[in-house]
Amino acid sequence: MRVYLDHNAGAPLRPAVRDAVLAVLAGPPANPSSAHREGARARRLLEEARREVAALVGGAPAEIVFTSGATEANNLALRGVRAGARVLTTAIEHASVLETARARRPATVVGVDAEGRVTAEDVLAACLPDTGLVSVGLANGEVGSIAPVATIAAGLAGRDVLLHTDAAQAAGRLPLDVRALGVDLLSLSAHKLGGPAGAGALWVRRGVGVAAQVTGGPQERGRRAGTENVAAIVGFGVAARLAREELARAAAHMAALTEALFAGLCARVPDVVRNGPSEGPRLPNTLNVRFPGCPGESLLVLLDLAGIAVSLGSACAAGAPEPSHVLRAMGRSADEARSSLRLSLGPETTPAEVARAVDVLARAVVEVRARAAA
Amino acid sequence: MSRERVVVAMSGGVDSSVAAARLAAAGHEVVGISLRLAPGGDGACCSLDDFHDARAVAERLGFPHYVFDFTEAFAERVVGPFVTEYLAGRTPNPCARCNQHVKFDLLWRRARELGAARLATGHYARIARDPASGRPALRAAADTDKDQSYFLFALDAEALARTLFPVGDLTKAEVRRQAHGLGLPVADKPESMEVCFVSGGDTAAFVARHAPPGALRPGPVVDEGGRVLGTHAGVHRFTIGQRRGLGGAGGPRRYVRAIDAATGTVTVGAAPRPAAGVVARDVVWSAGTPPRPGAAVGVRVRHRQPLVPARVLAADGTEVRLAFDAPGPAVTPGQAAVLYRGDLVLGGGWIVGELAVHEPRPVPAAR
Repeated sequence: MRVYLDHNAGAPLRPAVRDAVLAVLAGPPANPSSAHREGARARRLLEEARREVAALVGGAPAEIVFTSGATEANNLALRGVRAGARVLTTAIEHASVLETARARRPATVVGVDAEGRVTAEDVLAACLPDTGLVSVGLANGEVGSIAPVATIAAGLAGRDVLLHTDAAQAAGRLPLDVRALGVDLLSLSAHKLGGPAGAGALWVRRGVGVAAQVTGGPQERGRRAGTENVAAIVGFGVAARLAREELARAAAHMAALTEALFAGLCARVPDVVRNGPSEGPRLPNTLNVRFPGCPGESLLVLLDLAGIAVSLGSACAAGAPEPSHVLRAMGRSADEARSSLRLSLGPETTPAEVARAVDVLARAVVEVRARAAA
Repeated sequence: MSRERVVVAMSGGVDSSVAAARLAAAGHEVVGISLRLAPGGDGACCSLDDFHDARAVAERLGFPHYVFDFTEAFAERVVGPFVTEYLAGRTPNPCARCNQHVKFDLLWRRARELGAARLATGHYARIARDPASGRPALRAAADTDKDQSYFLFALDAEALARTLFPVGDLTKAEVRRQAHGLGLPVADKPESMEVCFVSGGDTAAFVARHAPPGALRPGPVVDEGGRVLGTHAGVHRFTIGQRRGLGGAGGPRRYVRAIDAATGTVTVGAAPRPAAGVVARDVVWSAGTPPRPGAAVGVRVRHRQPLVPARVLAADGTEVRLAFDAPGPAVTPGQAAVLYRGDLVLGGGWIVGELAVHEPRPVPAAR
């Protein structure tokens, strides 16, 4: 049995989600814009899912724009909102925010501290007169740090600035409430929640204008053209409902196992270093650790060969890794970044799996060090 | 008894794919590794498509595959020296350098960390035992057209002992046939002949892009009498022995005979000047000891050029001096001089210059 500890790259499909997706795929054609009864059924399924996704973030169904994923949602926010105005973001964002911000408009990029935290003071101080959009990820999927989004929102009050947050890594792991956060836009991904890849959403506060980036149809209230991916969106809806219902239990479970994982590693590999917040709020499921002098690439291979799936950081195409830009932004050297691994747990992760991961990883570190010294 | 773990360097091409397939079929525990060498995957190699191809082959054959990021090491050990060499008036050989400093050094160390006993590549070369020393020695490939032993001369006996070249005994046609037989998606993939990190094959433009400020200086083109024939935009645009048109289209064609990077002077002549011999440094000897003075060898001073009969004038642990039996091909500093006995590689080094004509030739010994 393999042990899957890469939930931040993509969580396993939950059985209830799979059943719901398969039922749609096995059913009649599902174009919600069609006039016939099949179309009406598809519309009902789509709107049920919209209600579930809205409920996950405490928003209204009409505020949800379904997309192909969080990457598209981030693109829609960064390209379609306050086009041309300066955007302010942080150095540890997902590439779909950081690259899009830099490519599309004047951008200010705020740094983070050595534990991967952005401060509200830094963000507010960097907000220039021409800044029209601030985009700060709610939780960082590589090191687990959490941004003070609500404080930033309070600081921006009274200014003509919109606030976007990428919550793809926070959903299902932290309570989400767009009103409490005070944001104007929020991105979500289905497959980080145990839904299918290929579905995501941008929550857009009522009254905020978003220019469609995919055009040629009235779908999603004119904000995203193209026939909706109903099967995947239905799966997203089920995953969102489960995440909301199970959040408290799942978060406590994952936090306990994540800390057990780190404690186990500390006991076996005394010089292990945790990357990310040493204290205070952090994602309950994410552990980023460095083993000095041990290439993360080698550890990843040995773990994979032994049946344990982990990551070097954010997943790159074809697994072709670069040193993590998040760790680099935290002031880690390229070598330090290269000797780091990310382990991310899910609600179904078991204590036995964590114990096995500790054992295999500790052994791999010893082996790699011994072989490198030989 | 667990199977021997072997790391196979996979480029995504047909040769390394078949190499991996043959090892898997022979019962080894194969781990495929592709190297990301150039950032952005520009150039003809290590693009995402190549990684996907390698991964598809590994998935089809049922062994794991990973991509390692070697961009920093490659920039430092191969690309940097490549640019420096051109700016110094030499013509570097990045493939041989990459083999010596990246694949068979850094990648081998990684492979060892992974518990691998051996490292395999898709090179066309064989590993034999030197009958004289009993040590492992490099041998030219069965397919003489495809032989890549020239690029591998820097592998010493210790490196060869842990290396496998699973396609070295096959012809390219046989490799493609085997790839087809296994249904590998790369069976008909064309091979790359260019320097992998230079996109479009424009070496001069690449060097110009990567040169430090002020390093590119124009200079005179002169004939052997010192008469100035024109000017050029930088010595990195020339290679000794190369035939170049001068003075624009339709101008006379001349052979590059000497490059003086210090003054920026490029000397050309109407005919290539045959070299009397070659001097190479930073030598590696497969047998552990250099060949004796007077030894008759074949030497190759450029990939795909025929072996030139030569005699060893002097050889030690750092340098070798060879006299061609008859005036030989142009000798290009920066390339490798690789010594063969028959199809066995004795070793070689990096060319620093041609043999001065006044150097005494060895007394011909009995062959």
